Amino acid sequence: MIDLIVTFALWLIVIALGVLVWRRSLPLLRESSKSGGTEFIQLLPRICVGVLGSGFIAAALPQDFVVRWLGSSSGIIGIAIAVAAGAATPGGPMVGFAIGAAALKGGAGAPQVIAYSTAWALYAFPRLLSYELPIMPARVVWLRVLSSLPLPFIAAAVAMLLGKP
Amino acid sequence: MQSSEPPASTPSAPPPPARRKRRAIDWPTAVLIAIVGSCAAYVYWRDGLDKFIAVVWDDTDLFLSMLPKVLAGCLTAAFLTVLLPREMISRWVGADAGFKGILISFCAGIILPGGPFTIFPIAGAFVGMGADIAAAVTLITSWTLVGLNRVVTWEMPFLGFDFVSWRYIAALPLPIIAGLLVRVIEKHFKLGMTRP
Repeated sequence: MIDLIVTFALWLIVIALGVLVWRRSLPLLRESSKSGGTEFIQLLPRICVGVLGSGFIAAALPQDFVVRWLGSSSGIIGIAIAVAAGAATPGGPMVGFAIGAAALKGGAGAPQVIAYSTAWALYAFPRLLSYELPIMPARVVWLRVLSSLPLPFIAAAVAMLLGKP
Repeated sequence: MQSSEPPASTPSAPPPPARRKRRAIDWPTAVLIAIVGSCAAYVYWRDGLDKFIAVVWDDTDLFLSMLPKVLAGCLTAAFLTVLLPREMISRWVGADAGFKGILISFCAGIILPGGPFTIFPIAGAFVGMGADIAAAVTLITSWTLVGLNRVVTWEMPFLGFDFVSWRYIAALPLPIIAGLLVRVIEKHFKLGMTRP
């Protein structure tokens, strides 16, 4: 149900924005819809891999290992492991979410998964090296990395304080 | 000996910006394919065909529920790129170097769509225009952690509404903390903007 509402709301936004673009000019609407559609088609193979991945990685992960090292009773050590794993996971639109979902299904604790996906979103070292450093001044990148160091831990701590949903 | 290839140094046609080209399968995806392939083979070997098919079946469900959202996300990104040109965003944020700059970057990161190729150049432009690094860092952090497009299109289908809304609340203050930390680090280690 909530899924339907979210999808519906998303399409309302698309229609509203589409009307705004259309009011500027029709060719502009055609061109930007085409670029959005192309992007979608290019993403399809990755979505397939990501979705299949979340299922198969979850099924293959040794459950006692996950529960022991990343379960909700693994505490700060589990969070530290999750942060390291998240930073090492490559970027891309959803690799980290797919693995996070797999770990959650496999018995990992929610704060640990939050630490993992936060660290992945902030660092994803391969993305940092191949996208960010070539575009941004190096000093900005290092300042960002430095100031982001405590964030996955804060996110996990806040999540623990808030309690399970 | 005949050479059919053109001479190496043709003066015309400057080299295309190869970095911006996007391939359907890049190397993070290739790594993921390798991992998923081995996991799938392992599940088949350990649990047999029935379990294998059950997993694929579950995933098909997830895949179908994602498609309309991803398409909507791609269109939103394309439309917003037209409606909110990069220069406009840079002007909003770049104009104010105080705490307000951090707050505006925080909000811009939440609504801005698109991949790393949209966000890093915008953040880079801030710094080029003389806005402080804290605003640029806040923008990137906000976009990666609480950007709506990313959350709704990618994260929710995998992790579910309850989990994601909980994570979202936990992550909401983080971009501002990151921006303020940059200020602190700059102040204490004299890493501030080098003035020309």
